[in-house]
Parts: sequence; C-alpha cells; structure tokens
Amino acid sequence: MIHIFATQWPSLLYGLGQTLLCSIIALFFSLIIGSLFAIFEIMPNKAMRIIGNVYVEVFRNIPLLVITMFFFVVLPLYVVKVNGFTAGTIGLTIYTSAFIAETVRAGIQSVDEGQMEGAQSNGLSFWQSMRYIILPQAFKIVIPPLGNQFINLVKNSSVLAFVAGFDLMYEGNMVANDTLQTMSTFFAVGVLYLIITMPLSYYMRHLEKKLA
Amino acid sequence: MKRKWRFIGMLTALTLLLVTMSSCGTKSALSDQNVLQNDIKSNTITWGVKADTKLFGLMDIKNSKVQGFEIDMAKALTKEILGKDGKAVFVPVTSQTRVPLLRNGNIDAIIATMTITPEREKQVDFTKSYFNAGQAILVKKGSPIHSVKDLNKKGAVVLGVTGSNSVQNIGTYAPKAKVLQLSDYAQALTALKSGQGQALTTDNGILFGMSVENPGYVVVGGSFTKEPYGIAVDQGQTKFKNRLNKALRAVEKDGTYNKILKKWFGNVKGFNYEEMKRS
Amino acid sequence: MQNFIDAYSWINIRYLLQGLWITVEVSVASIIFSYIIGTILGVIRYSEIKYVSAVVGFVIDLIRNLPLLLIIFFTYFGLPNLGFKPAIIEAAILAMTVFESMMIAEIVRSGIVAIDPGQMEGAKSNGITYWQALRIILLPQAMKNMIPALVSQFISLVKDTSLATIIVLPEMMYHAQIIYGQNSNYIIPMFIALAVLYFVVCYALSLLSRYLERRLA
Repeated sequence: MIHIFATQWPSLLYGLGQTLLCSIIALFFSLIIGSLFAIFEIMPNKAMRIIGNVYVEVFRNIPLLVITMFFFVVLPLYVVKVNGFTAGTIGLTIYTSAFIAETVRAGIQSVDEGQMEGAQSNGLSFWQSMRYIILPQAFKIVIPPLGNQFINLVKNSSVLAFVAGFDLMYEGNMVANDTLQTMSTFFAVGVLYLIITMPLSYYMRHLEKKLA
Repeated sequence: MKRKWRFIGMLTALTLLLVTMSSCGTKSALSDQNVLQNDIKSNTITWGVKADTKLFGLMDIKNSKVQGFEIDMAKALTKEILGKDGKAVFVPVTSQTRVPLLRNGNIDAIIATMTITPEREKQVDFTKSYFNAGQAILVKKGSPIHSVKDLNKKGAVVLGVTGSNSVQNIGTYAPKAKVLQLSDYAQALTALKSGQGQALTTDNGILFGMSVENPGYVVVGGSFTKEPYGIAVDQGQTKFKNRLNKALRAVEKDGTYNKILKKWFGNVKGFNYEEMKRS
Repeated sequence: MQNFIDAYSWINIRYLLQGLWITVEVSVASIIFSYIIGTILGVIRYSEIKYVSAVVGFVIDLIRNLPLLLIIFFTYFGLPNLGFKPAIIEAAILAMTVFESMMIAEIVRSGIVAIDPGQMEGAKSNGITYWQALRIILLPQAMKNMIPALVSQFISLVKDTSLATIIVLPEMMYHAQIIYGQNSNYIIPMFIALAVLYFVVCYALSLLSRYLERRLA
C-alpha cells in the first residue's frame, strides 16, 4: 500500500481533489434544493405538496447511475454537451437532494404541530414561522441523519468513475489496472476516502453536541 | 482520560486493519501448492473468463453459459491437458477481480482478453500468446478522423474501456489526445454516439462487432498496435504454465485452433481471420 | 425503436427479473440482519458503557465512512486470508450487513438522543431499571421518529446491492450489463428498465414508510 502511495500519488491526489470538489458542490446545492422540496411537501397548498412528493419519490427511488448516465449520454444529444464531471455532479446533486428533502421533511414534522399554529395565530406568516420557529428546531433533530446523507454523498460521488469524471475511484481503477495490485490500491483509495468522510462525521457530531 | 483511551483504541484498530488488509492478496495463499497436480487430481481446470465481451467470452442468456473464442480455447486446452473427460469450469471475472481471484486460488488461470505487458508480468506469469489482437479506432461515418494520427491534437477525446491495455497505447500514439475510460464497451459506444469523444479505441475484433450492429460507425486506419493476449497463471506456477504452453502448441498444430478461430471470427465483416491462422 | 422491441424480448426481461430476485434476496437478508445488529449497536453506543461504547463508536465511524464498494471487495478477497472463504452471495450479504448495521446504529443512537432526556430520569425514579426504560419507554418512541431515516437507508441499501457487480454477484445490474453486452444498442432500453424496476421495489418501501409513520403517529 505504501508502495502504491509512493509511486502513484499524483493521480490519486488528483482524484481526491476532484472527489472533494464534486462533493462540496453537490452538498451545497443538494442541501438548498432538498430543504426547498421538503418545505413544498408540507405546504398547505396541495399542488406544491404533490410537486414535492413526486420529486422526492422519483429521484430517491431510481439508481444514481441511471440519473447520471442520462446527463452524460442523453442530454448531449438534444441540449448541451456536458463532461463526465459535470454530469456526475448534477446527477449526484439531484439524487442526494431527494434524500435530504425526505430527511428534512421528517424533521419538520417531528416538531410539534401546535407550534406552527401558535406562531401563525401570533401573526407570523407561514414562511416566517417556518424560518424562525420550526426550521431551527427541526435542524437540530435532523443533523445526525443529515450527516449520514452527507457521508453517503461523498461515497456516492464514486459514480463519477462510471462517466470518466476523474474522481478518486476512477483514478483508483486506473492505478489498479496499471499495477495489477488491486488490493493495495483499493486499500489506499479507502484511506483517502476516510480523509474526507471522517472529519465530516466528526464535525456533524460536534454540531449535534453544540446544538443539543 | 477518556480521550487518551479513545486515541489508543483508534491506533490499535487502525494498525490491526492495516496489517490484515495489506496482507490481503499481496502474497499468494496457494503459492506453495502445485496447481497442475491439483487439477490433474480433480480432473478439472477452473478458468477465469470474460462474460460481457462479444466474440471472446459472453454469457448466453438462454442457457446461462459463457460462450466465445476464449471459452472454446479453454475447453480445447483442458482436453489436451486432462484428456477427453477433463472438465473445464468457467468463472466470470472483471478487470478488477481477475488477479485477486487468481491469487486466492478461486481460479487456476485467466483467459480474459488480457494483453501481455511488462508491467503485468511483474504480477502474474503469462503463457505464450494465444491470440494476436491489434488495436484500432471506431469513428462515426464521414468523420474527419482517418487514423490514430488524426487524434494527436489538442481537444481530441478518445474513449476506451477501463482495464484494457488500449487506453495506455493512446498515450504513445496520440499523446495530445485526452482519454476517457468508461466501464464497458456498450457505455463507451453510447458515449461516442452522444459526442463525448471523437473515437472509440479498443481491439479490432470487438470494434468490427460494434460496427456490424451500428452501420453508422466504421473502423478506420487499420490496427496500429499488436496486442498479444496471454493466459495468466499465478507467479511460481511454472509447471502449469509450461504445460499450458505445450497444450497451446498442440492445439495449434492439430488444426483445432484454426477451427475455433473460424467459428468465431470467420463471419466478422472486415476482420481478416485468414492471416491469424496458426499451424 | 427496433432496439427497444428487441431489447425487451421475453428472454431478456426474464433474465433481468432473475437478477431482480437476487437483488431482493440480498436486500431482504441484509435489511433484517442489519436492522437487528444496528439497533443493538446503536443502543450500546448510546448507553456510554465504559470502553465498550467508545470502541463500538469508533468501529461504527470507521466502517460507515468507508465506501461500500471497498467493503464488498475486501470481504470477498480479504476473508479467505483469514481462513473463511465466503461464496459470492454470502460475501455480498455479509458486506452489506456490516456496512448498513453501522449506518442504522447511527440512526438509532441519534433517535434515542432526540427523545426528551427527562423521560429516562422519570422512569428510573419510578423504579424501572435502565434497560427496561430503554426498551419499553425510549426505543418505541425513538422508532417512530426514526422511520423516515431508516427507510431512506433501506432504499439506499436496495440500490447499493448493485455495487456487488464488482464481485460478479448475478443481481439485476449485472444481468443488465450481460444483456447489453449482447448488443450495445440495448444499453439505453436496459437503463430505462433498471430505473423502472428499482423504482417499483424502492417505492414499495417508501409507501410502507409513509404507512408506518401515519399509523404510529
């Protein structure tokens, strides 16, 4: 394994960088999109609820690879040419946002319903009570499952390997094929994934303790 | 205090993991066993084969059996070594699993479109080549690219398949081109169709097969490398390797090789199987 | 269009469904095992038993932070070195169970934490032991809140079985690859079929989740 690091570090490091970049972009956008659809799902307006529901159920229940492949091979035929990295990142964002929406919705709904009514009877609008009363409480509850989703996201970014996104898994596959030392290479790749995911999970735990 | 314990625990766990994992597959579990002797005793040779590659090794959906040139070769070699009643067992492998499976003793030999390269010879032992493939490129009909040289420019993108030797060769023949590796031939072809690259490169036999299915795409420029496929055995299994070489020679001599070659490549349009004949 | 008609021949669809059966088999086995093991580990992690909880916590963090693909790979190729040679399907179930147990343990732990801590103290002052209180009072309430997170994880699990194609587990994704290996034009029809079939299985899980949520609410 040390041998693999010593000889192949440029490509592995490049892969790590791409994985990190893709994860950060996807995490940022999926958090926003996910929260938005979570709110749609519990809005009083029925049409919005249906939109939110359909989005979550569709994208959470089909494989990430299929979504990503769509952006990689179908989109360029009709709309615009995107490279593997972009296709993978878009796919990952959409897929994860559906999971995040589900997590956040559950969090919001586990906050006592009376609070929403109380806030609204005190003259706050739906959005105001959401923002000032419900979301801060829900956020606290959803941190641990959200942490699970973030970690899933980082690891799911390996879907980029299927569309030549030059991520860590892609580079790892290349190194494994060049050297034929599959086990050691994959072990090195595992350690590099831990470098991203371990701090992330400890940060989420820290956040959980701080807000408790 | 708690922190200290936690830290010590982490360190021990990590070291343990490191030791067990790095011992995985680095050393042959069966290196001191004699594969040839075991195979003769059990009257069986277990081959690692491709299950998703047309012409060479492809799973037949109707009866769930792998079929192809390499499968027939493996059967012929098994018969040569073990006699008429010798059994050949086929285990599907991927480019990621073939070497670990060989090391762990799940398979005795790999016959799975594996090109003999010096880098690979450091990890496994190869027999003499049993098939001389050549690498070529597939492009859309009417494309300005007529040979691999036309790809040697900035902005050119070549598609290939992970685990094949052909992607490395592009680095030699068209160093300015960017190479994208996809996980299988169908995905690479689909990417070519959607314009993710200007050309798809791999061994000519496979490309001719694709061009038959997709008349809008043609093989251009002829083959520009020699890709000798070899049977890989675990390092140190010299007796088994020598026996395989002897069997290969025998199969070539008695005409079985040519028969198998004709069966699989005789009808492939554009593929000159006559010049691949051996005797 | 002809590609679609050819790709969806009965032989191909049947082959795909055979793969789906393996997917379901591996998923169900892993869901059951990891639910049990995950709950136990989650409770241990929550309980702050000296040393034990810290070690369990570390193992949970380590494993759930590793890519499942690598865990599957190491289970299949690493274990023979320790004297245990699992079959492909055993290796897949084992790897999925180990990984998903850790994900579930984290969900269970945080589920219990989110329950009002006053309840445990109240129970204890009423003469109920710690473990009784956990089992009778805290866990049932926590389970109710955990359903969405658990089901999300199970949905991921079903789709993650496709990662076992790396060790050639004959599940649905692998069978789809074999089918489009016959003719590369079948790839898009196969991807659509995969989307539909995975959707059916996972949506059934989603519906179950919504039903349980409503019933327990």
